Amino acid sequence: MEWTDAAAAEEARKGNQHGFRVLVERHSHALFRLAYRMTGNEHDAEDLVQETFLRAYKQIHRFDGRAGFGTWLYRICSNCCLDLLRSKKNKGEMQPAASEDGQSWLDRVAAPGFTPERLAESSQIAGILEPALKKLTDMERTAFILRHYEGCDIDQIACILGVHANAAKHSVFRAVQKLRRELQPAWGAAQ
Amino acid sequence: MKHLTEQDLLDTYYGEPPEAATEHLHECPECRAEFARLAELLDEVRNLATPPRGPGYGREVWARLQPHLPAEKPHWWTRRWLLAPIAVALLAAAFLAGLLTQQKTSPTQAGLSQKDRQRIFLAAMNDHLERSEILLAQLVHTDSGEIDLSGERARARDLLDENRLLRETAARSGDQAHAALLEDLERVFLDLANSPARLSSKDAAELRQRVEDQGLLFKVRVTTSDTRSQGKTL
Repeated sequence: MEWTDAAAAEEARKGNQHGFRVLVERHSHALFRLAYRMTGNEHDAEDLVQETFLRAYKQIHRFDGRAGFGTWLYRICSNCCLDLLRSKKNKGEMQPAASEDGQSWLDRVAAPGFTPERLAESSQIAGILEPALKKLTDMERTAFILRHYEGCDIDQIACILGVHANAAKHSVFRAVQKLRRELQPAWGAAQ
Repeated sequence: MKHLTEQDLLDTYYGEPPEAATEHLHECPECRAEFARLAELLDEVRNLATPPRGPGYGREVWARLQPHLPAEKPHWWTRRWLLAPIAVALLAAAFLAGLLTQQKTSPTQAGLSQKDRQRIFLAAMNDHLERSEILLAQLVHTDSGEIDLSGERARARDLLDENRLLRETAARSGDQAHAALLEDLERVFLDLANSPARLSSKDAAELRQRVEDQGLLFKVRVTTSDTRSQGKTL
């Protein structure tokens, strides 16, 4: 029997781990995508998914159901990602992301299941996009990823970032402006 | 003619065009060209891949996560409900003793004081209602469409015997409110226990409707809260 997010969250709040398991199994993919796009590192993304669910479990009593459970998880995950990025920045670790086996983000897109054309295209985009994304502020980067890749609307982004809708909208706008400035010349030359 | 702003173009790209923007794009070649440039770039950026995760990824995450989840720290009163199977066994014994000694001795002479019997009854009742609530919540919140009830059927069967014992005990002690609620629950559990493993969307909707019409889930929640308070008082 399929539980809705609200019902599963209610069960989890009462201490029923099965309820929480339903939520973990349902939202893991989306959180991994978000974490990977935020950090550009597969290993970090895996850890962040774990950390997000751990925080969510401990704070489940704070989930009031006003926003969707997915939105609430995105908020926690975004905060986890930003904490990690800030901590790496402080430690001076913000070099091109590489996983344990030494593969960079660029290499990682060469995953099974992609056609050669798709691989080439994706690698090319990653090579240009990664440095451009790093020039965005934390809020711009998060807002853009949520809007562009996760399909969140402005109200959801505002809720996730804990800001007013206008600020969320402006962050997406500034992110796109900066990306256009960075990418348009490079993209034009590559084409 | 006033051209569209960058923000207008972006909103249009994300499917939220401002008023008259779509019309303007049809009429204005400059804005159309600008929109095409923006859309081309953003479409390309969207193609950025993420490393794939298999269909079992959610289960893998759960397997890694579960050992790290903090153990539940229930309230002292709730902890007592973990002894529910013992409480139910004691209740059964008390019930039997009550039957055997009904005409001959007082409850105290049967080995348990009235207060003890009441405390055991409330403990068993509270545990039973909590588990009933989980089952009912699953029924009510399930998505529409055909549903697999195999797990719920087994749990309904488990709850059914316990429910009968509690209902009879409540009725014998003159506790009509609990007896009535348990009777309503018993009917739902009976239906569920005897239903096919897969329920058609129509039958599932009827069952859900019955639970909702009777306000059963609400009654169970309220009664759980009451029994918990009474248990604390005792």
